[in-house]
Amino acid sequence: MAAPDKAKRKAGFIPLTIVFVLFIIFLYGPTATIAILSFQGPEGGLTFPMNGISLHWFRQLFEEQQVGDFGGSLTRSILLGLCVMLCTAVFSLLAGLAYRRSFKGGNVLFYLTLVSLILPSILISLGIGIMFDRTGLSPAWYSSAFGAHLTWTLPFGLLIMFAVFNRFNKSYEAAAIDMGATAWQTFRLVVFPLILPSLIGVCLFGFTLSYDEFARTLMTAGTFNTLPLEIYGMTTNVTTPVLYALGTLTTLFSFTLISAALITIWAVRRSRARKAPTGL
Amino acid sequence: MRFLTANPSYLQVTPLALVILLFLLFPVATIVIVSFWDYNAYQLLPDFIFENYEFLLTSSVTLSAYLKTFFFAITTWVITLTLGFTVAYYLAFYIRSPLLQGVLFVLCTVPFLTSNIIRMISWIPLLGRNGLVNSTLQEINLIDAPIEWLLYSDFAVVLAFVHLYTLFMVVPIFNSMMRIDRNLIEASIDAGASAFQTIFQVVVPLCKSGIAIGSIFVVTLVMGDFITVSLMSGGLSASVGVLIRNEISLLQYPAAAAGAVVLLITVLIMLSIMFRFINIKKEL
Repeated sequence: MAAPDKAKRKAGFIPLTIVFVLFIIFLYGPTATIAILSFQGPEGGLTFPMNGISLHWFRQLFEEQQVGDFGGSLTRSILLGLCVMLCTAVFSLLAGLAYRRSFKGGNVLFYLTLVSLILPSILISLGIGIMFDRTGLSPAWYSSAFGAHLTWTLPFGLLIMFAVFNRFNKSYEAAAIDMGATAWQTFRLVVFPLILPSLIGVCLFGFTLSYDEFARTLMTAGTFNTLPLEIYGMTTNVTTPVLYALGTLTTLFSFTLISAALITIWAVRRSRARKAPTGL
Repeated sequence: MRFLTANPSYLQVTPLALVILLFLLFPVATIVIVSFWDYNAYQLLPDFIFENYEFLLTSSVTLSAYLKTFFFAITTWVITLTLGFTVAYYLAFYIRSPLLQGVLFVLCTVPFLTSNIIRMISWIPLLGRNGLVNSTLQEINLIDAPIEWLLYSDFAVVLAFVHLYTLFMVVPIFNSMMRIDRNLIEASIDAGASAFQTIFQVVVPLCKSGIAIGSIFVVTLVMGDFITVSLMSGGLSASVGVLIRNEISLLQYPAAAAGAVVLLITVLIMLSIMFRFINIKKEL
């Protein structure tokens, strides 16, 4: 059975591999291009050819007059991202636990959370902006933008938690309770370690989605810009590769975070596999 | 208070419920209320008028913006579905090693966690008048003058949408495909079906809900977009989102709110059609 099957698969394998490789180039090619161009020489422009190679544009980035408030907006974006990450992880974990039992209004809340995910961002941005404006609270990145980001990150967190608990083997918990563990001990020593890798995933989503969010921040950030707003402002008035340097740095930052999260998840799984060779 | 101690779920779900109430339901209600308000150059005037809607629904600008937005949505949907399905199919049925499969899947999803704006900007050096594509084509004498419609055009908008959102198709479709019992594929081939017959009569029906979830994401993201359209069309195209954004920047909040309500209703109608194909809780 295996041999003819293999022969049949081979028929489509090469063209599909080509499509896949082209798709990956399509995904990463443009980002790679601006990464290369950000090393333009001081005389270089926004397009090829390269006019020498230098770190000129990266240095420019840190000179205040060149690019608005880069340092400030970066700090705000990172702080906001961390708060959103923390709340997303805690809130979605709690909600995930809540949905393991049925409760009144659970379905309505679940569908509202989905609506929050797929509602056009501009609607939420505008709504929160006007709401803060009319109630006399001035919008700020740490209040209105924080809430706006949660409407985007929490649904992802909840969906990940649903996926986790749907596959969760309840017999581990039952065993812990049978052996006399309290509810808190069961959670801390059994449930939490088992879902930790997914929770790291939720944290990664929470931070990066908030860190890069533009549309939901637009009307809600108030006086001070977050980094994506600052970058958007630059697209209209900066015509040098300093824009690429900024793009390269933030993309590198995101890649570092993603790798760190993936390595942590991998390490957690590995250490668990070593501790419990029976497959726990 | 007795229900709190009886079922801790109520307490556990409170933070989520509060966020949804404060930052989803209240803002949407605010938009609906404000869409009936009056305004002048300086301030909003609480009122109950239908002029915002009257103006919106009778304006030819609105109509052309909706047509443009539907055009973007449908074109992007067709391309991302075809591309996303092909990529997911390759990952699910051609990659045998689970490790390689995981690595390639992550490779497809990583860009989702990086900045959309940067990803749009990164097309400029490729598609611009003096960009890589034009200069290469000129060098090999395929064209005499640079192609003008590569950047700041509808083409660029759709390209950016496909670039940004194809992974929203890949992930749910791949997820559905991984649940398909491999024996069904074998059975189909053993029964004499061609590869294409197997794909369209076995695989596609079995990942219908993955396709629906991906479609919901792509369509709603494109329908509500303003940043991709304004950045990639260079301000030459106006989608519904761009119109709302323009009214916001002119501080005409009631007009923007009316636009947002009509957009919301449009999106909800489209969603109610697409949600018929899935049971979302079973998908997770």
